[in-house]
Amino acid sequence: MRHFVIVGILIAILTPLIYLGIAANNVMPIQASVQALPVDWMWDMDAAAIAFLFSIIMVPLLYSLVVFRRRKGDTADGEHMEGNTRLEVTWTVLPLLVVTVFAYLGAYTLGETRIQAPDAMQIAVTAQQWDWRFDYPEGFSSNELHLPVNRQVVLRMQSLDVIHSFWVPEFRIKQDVVPGRTTEYRITPIRVGSYKVRCAEMCGTSHSYMERPVVVSSEAEYEAWVREQAAAAAALLAQGGPESGKALVAQNGCLACHSTDGSALTGPTWRGLFGSTVDLADGSRVTADEAYLAESVLDPGAKVVAGFAPGIMPKFSLTDAEVKDIVAYLETIK
Amino acid sequence: MRKFTKSALFRGLVWQLGGWFVGALILTGIRAVMGLPPFGLFFFSEPAWVFGGFIGVLSFIAGSGIANDWFKWAKGEPTPEHHADPPGWEKYFSVSLDHKVIGIQYTVTSLFLLVVGGSFALVFRTELAEPGMQFLSLQWYNTLMSLHGIGMIIGILLGVAGVMNYLVPMLIGAQDMAFPRMNAFSFWIAVPGVVLLLSSLALGGFDTGWTGYPPLSARGPVGTQMFFLGVFTAGWSSILGGLNLIATTLRLRAKGMTAFRMPILVWAAMATSIITLTATQLIGLSFQLVMFQRLLGMGFFDPAKGGNPVLFQHLFWFYSHPAVYVFVLPGLGVISELLPVFVRKPLYGYRWVAMSSIGIALVGFLVWAHHMFASGMNSYLQVPFMYSTLLVAVPTGVKFFSWVATVWKGKIEMPTPMLFVLGGIVVFLLGGLSGPPNATVATDLHLTDTYFIVGHFHDTIFGGYVFPFFAAIYYWFPKATGRRMNERLGKLHFWLMTPSFLILTLTMMRIGLLGMRRRIADYDPALGLSAYHVVMTICGFLIALSVAIFLFNLIRSIRQGERAEGNIWNSRSPEWQVPSPMPVHNFDREFEVVGEPYDYGLKDSQYTRFITEPREGESHQ
Repeated sequence: MRHFVIVGILIAILTPLIYLGIAANNVMPIQASVQALPVDWMWDMDAAAIAFLFSIIMVPLLYSLVVFRRRKGDTADGEHMEGNTRLEVTWTVLPLLVVTVFAYLGAYTLGETRIQAPDAMQIAVTAQQWDWRFDYPEGFSSNELHLPVNRQVVLRMQSLDVIHSFWVPEFRIKQDVVPGRTTEYRITPIRVGSYKVRCAEMCGTSHSYMERPVVVSSEAEYEAWVREQAAAAAALLAQGGPESGKALVAQNGCLACHSTDGSALTGPTWRGLFGSTVDLADGSRVTADEAYLAESVLDPGAKVVAGFAPGIMPKFSLTDAEVKDIVAYLETIK
Repeated sequence: MRKFTKSALFRGLVWQLGGWFVGALILTGIRAVMGLPPFGLFFFSEPAWVFGGFIGVLSFIAGSGIANDWFKWAKGEPTPEHHADPPGWEKYFSVSLDHKVIGIQYTVTSLFLLVVGGSFALVFRTELAEPGMQFLSLQWYNTLMSLHGIGMIIGILLGVAGVMNYLVPMLIGAQDMAFPRMNAFSFWIAVPGVVLLLSSLALGGFDTGWTGYPPLSARGPVGTQMFFLGVFTAGWSSILGGLNLIATTLRLRAKGMTAFRMPILVWAAMATSIITLTATQLIGLSFQLVMFQRLLGMGFFDPAKGGNPVLFQHLFWFYSHPAVYVFVLPGLGVISELLPVFVRKPLYGYRWVAMSSIGIALVGFLVWAHHMFASGMNSYLQVPFMYSTLLVAVPTGVKFFSWVATVWKGKIEMPTPMLFVLGGIVVFLLGGLSGPPNATVATDLHLTDTYFIVGHFHDTIFGGYVFPFFAAIYYWFPKATGRRMNERLGKLHFWLMTPSFLILTLTMMRIGLLGMRRRIADYDPALGLSAYHVVMTICGFLIALSVAIFLFNLIRSIRQGERAEGNIWNSRSPEWQVPSPMPVHNFDREFEVVGEPYDYGLKDSQYTRFITEPREGESHQ
């Protein structure tokens, strides 16, 4: 009986200590979204269960190792205890009940993270190796995700190539971006600040670097940023020519695979490309004129450059004017 | 040396390489005739490499002679019932039908792969010590990281097979496995699989992680195909081995050994074998579909052709989640088997522990989609899979409670095997307790694909497999060799490895919560995690050092260990009632089971009793 009392006291001491060690405030990144609250609450519940279960196993185990260890010269066997059906049933049924409660809590908190606000604003997200692009309803694209604080946003996400995953640790929630379908990511930022979206699904060579800034600002600052971006984009595209092409190239994530400095990435470099003679995979050669470059942007599989794998580059849907601007930009990279 | 060049291993490997080359050449010729580009980035085209790899596996089977008896039967030629093994070390390099030799072949191959996979981890762990890329390219990082994963997994599968092959026939009083030739085949087919897997290093590597999700795996270098083909080949080993073990356990038990009088490890082996026999096909299938997508343009997982990338994940995890239980169930069986010996008390609640193994195996089939909570699968699947996942806690809890009750009021001794048993319990407890946050969906959406998961599963696999595997080696080494391993080095191994490992995995979990993603070659210094990475790298090297001490101890003890031919652990188990090492057909006389297996502390109780005289000509070696 004495043994049980001591073990009981030790469990009562150890459980809160372990819980404090793993409770949410200490170990999680800051809470920057409404959805982080139920996640952290659930983590807290899990932490409490972990602390208790850890203690009720570890305390009697370690206690036994110290108190019941074999003394020198003792060659006797231990007490012959084969089991106790009532006890076995207890430690099967009680966990079953706890598990049921946790399943309910898990479902409940999941529901909390999914609550839809009727006025949620939509932003289209395009993921590709190894970049993020954000298309705003105001008609411009950006490689930075700017969000107003305290307003729910739905990201409608698509991938151009492989599976990626949208994760901002401070927002908690993670959602894969799967080619061939649109996945949704619903978030309500509650804290002004700068964060990063980090791709969380292995997506190839430069997976580690697939990060882009996420800026949460006040409603007014956000509106100002949107106006500025929309005006700049309109001006740039209206102007046409190489500058416009350069903007399009950046928006469409081309530079993740094509360098402008001569180094070979996943795709061929653009330096000195215009007007040069290109060896193709089927053994033929072609001059990199306007027609060839335009075709390669719109239908990359038509002529694959020797030494590069086919099927990597997605088909881009751009207007003729935009393609013309891009080709004009390529011409400037000597 | 001449003996080695005549061995099945050497001939098999030479034939495999020859077959590979010839096969690739044939397909290159066919491509040339068809007007397709005959050569590719790595000299041969990808289809030629794959076709050659497949022919290489068939050549290995022919060259090593593992299927010769079956060919003879097909031709109606007689074969000896049991081939005599050559004396000395050569038998380990030749095709033996003795389950003990095959068990050791498995175990050594497993240790080899674990050392290779562990070394890869050391290399990329060193790269991770500082932010920025120091000495590895991104592609090499990804390749080593992926090969660490799959190399360890196949290494563990072979180790599990080794432990079960060596012990189960012995524990149930059988002379050998039910199908000795298939047993040999199961081991040897893994060898060309391992060769294929490692060949991916030379063919551009593969950067998909061990999960090989398409579309990424449908576009990587040729090495990806070698990864798929290697796993596909080695999978045969698991399937046939599981079938054999089930047949052996059902048919070859000693007289009087009813289901609830079997040693508890046999229950665990049975549960494991049910999984390997019925689930391994799914990983083979899913990898085969990606291979065909690459080779033949069949768009199973290509959305542009109407395929579905998420379908792959379902098929993949339908095996790969239960596979985790394949790794841990035998280890948990070893823990349950050894605890009573070292606490001198019966295993508490034997029937419940036995049933919990079966329970874990069965529930394990219903939980696979918890790996996919963030994958974009239909969201109404999340809640049922959360519930089934949490249910695993119930039978697992039964095991923990029973272990604690077994230890309670025992007379506890702590030689090296017992240390590893206890270490296994503690580490597996951490692995188990870090599980529920991954099951409750909301928290998992934060934790999935981070270092938290990496820490979680390293704990489950080390606690459920690696620690008990070491315990088993220290414990049964005398049975195999008649000598025991050095106790002092064993304790050094334990006390060096355990704290390092705990610090390593707890740090992994901590930085995962803070935002460290899985499988990244480089990390953002702004996260402020650099110091943690230095600590983890140091821990990694300490673990490697402890394993080096273990290997030194193992090799040295084969010849120089202290002689230990009797029942050195004072165990009731049948294999310890006869001198070590065992003769070819195990027990030289039959025994029957007359009591419970773990009745330590019950006066005059017996588990087994010999009922025949020693057989002629099979006396102790």
